[in-house]
Amino acid sequence: MVAYLIKRLGIAVLVALTVSLITFSMIYLSGDPAMALAGETATEADIRSIRQFYGYDQPILVQYLNWLWSALQGDFGQSHYLKKPVAEVIFERLPTTMLLGACALTFALVLSIPLGVLAAIRPNSLIDRAALTIAVVGQAMPSFWFALTMMLWFGIYWRLLPITGTNSWANFVMPAIALGYYITPGVMRLTRAGMLEVLQSDYVRTARAKGLRPVTVLFKHALRNAIIPVVSLAAVQFGFMLGGSIVIETIFAINGLGFLAWESIQRADLPMMQAIVLVLSIFYIVLTFLADVLNAWLDPRIRVA
Amino acid sequence: MTLLDTKDAVIASELPTNEPSPEQILRRRIFGHVGFMIGAVIILTIVVLALLAPYISPHDPYDQVLSRKLIPPIWFDSPKATWDHPLGTDQLGRDYLSRLLWGARISLLIGFSAMLISGVIGTLLGVMAGYFGGRVDMVINFIITTRLSMPVVLVALAVVSLIGSSLTVVIWVLGLLIWDRFAVVMRSATQQVRALDFVAAAEALGCSTSRILATEILPNVANHLIVVATLEMAHAILLEAALSFLGLGVQPPEPSWGLMISEAKGLMFFDGWLIAIPGAALFMLVLAINLLGDGMRDVTAPENRN
Repeated sequence: MVAYLIKRLGIAVLVALTVSLITFSMIYLSGDPAMALAGETATEADIRSIRQFYGYDQPILVQYLNWLWSALQGDFGQSHYLKKPVAEVIFERLPTTMLLGACALTFALVLSIPLGVLAAIRPNSLIDRAALTIAVVGQAMPSFWFALTMMLWFGIYWRLLPITGTNSWANFVMPAIALGYYITPGVMRLTRAGMLEVLQSDYVRTARAKGLRPVTVLFKHALRNAIIPVVSLAAVQFGFMLGGSIVIETIFAINGLGFLAWESIQRADLPMMQAIVLVLSIFYIVLTFLADVLNAWLDPRIRVA
Repeated sequence: MTLLDTKDAVIASELPTNEPSPEQILRRRIFGHVGFMIGAVIILTIVVLALLAPYISPHDPYDQVLSRKLIPPIWFDSPKATWDHPLGTDQLGRDYLSRLLWGARISLLIGFSAMLISGVIGTLLGVMAGYFGGRVDMVINFIITTRLSMPVVLVALAVVSLIGSSLTVVIWVLGLLIWDRFAVVMRSATQQVRALDFVAAAEALGCSTSRILATEILPNVANHLIVVATLEMAHAILLEAALSFLGLGVQPPEPSWGLMISEAKGLMFFDGWLIAIPGAALFMLVLAINLLGDGMRDVTAPENRN
């Protein structure tokens, strides 16, 4: 177990370093970052002073190592637009995105796990077909269009929910659904497949033969084992959702990390963009690492690999 | 015992007097698969409409007639509705049907090109990792993990904003970002095929590696490849729409469905159909491609269902 953990941790750290390198080199995509910052009317002297101020005149490797060293200490530099430390702004916005992500994940799991279980109990029944239809339709709906349509009906026509902002819990209902529905098909299919497999296993047959109540067999014996892969999928999908929340947050004007990312892209605020991409990537790496550890802990066979 | 008897009975029942050929079986499966047929019909319709757009669209999709702006579609009970603009006009007086038809070309073009680029990258990486294994597999696995840990929408938006957006840039950025599923699926498919005897036979005969990859491995993983290709094309179309919606994809005045929704966003509370029509088109296209992909998986490998 320890050897497996160390190996897995090593890979995670290497991936994080590679991601940081890619994120850092992003600023050179537009050519000379100093020139981009200075704008079109800048003189040669202006550009030179900007280059010196932000350290763009140093070798790229030195720049990267400096940036990485500060980033490791939680210092992502100054925002070009807000003139505030990047880390401070990110930590202001992060809780909102986390809350939105948690709501979306809860919605997705509450919808998809029962549906998956029901579909597995009666394969090819009406419920199974309905669940499959929801999955196929859900995956084809563009999230931004779904969000706008919900806004139109629940917000404007029926006036049930507020359409923008983060003032109350009601503000999070539509964004959470818009963000969460996209991962329901995957979770539902995995739950269904896992349950189908477990329900055919010998120990479930034994439990049934002992005369245990069907409900006990279903939830205490079957679901417990079938849910293991779902847990790690949910962890991974949570990471994906945080990255994808940029569209939803922009539509509902939710002041989270995604909205900040969109604003920073509009303002060409490079240090902010870099930091957000890096933070979200690291988040995903940590989540997948935890999912792997959890899996290895629950299923000893994985640890050998 | 009884078990043997029932097995025999099953085998006997599955042996009809005149056995259908594999082609007949495949054809029967394709035409018997409702999802596959629905998907195929919708896609064919959209592709034909897109190809014919220059000939069948009633107006120029770029032509602005401000005096005729925001005409509702014909099914609205409004005196302004006219057969001259069956789907109405947008806020700049451009014919909505024409823009929708021309927009289909952009969605299909971007989806297909991005899928091709990502398919080449992903297949190359996946097949190499699956065939060679060992260190090559380790390195490629690492590349896949790194790619997966970066948020696609965010990175695409950032890169497009830094380079400047155009059709070509969007295609390349998406193509270079979404090869992960190709690589993952091709890797495990190749691993399975690689362990089979005919590959060992080809190796024993002294075939070159490239020959084995091209004639032994690729044809046998092709069905997985096609399934992933359809799903990734749908993925690319959705991503393009999202990028255009956020203003960093296809640029105005091009008629992209995502951009049409974005441009109508401000008016959607008064004229909901402005976002409903391009949204429905996008939904139909992506649904059809996904149905086709799922159907393809069922048809080529029915034993892998669920």
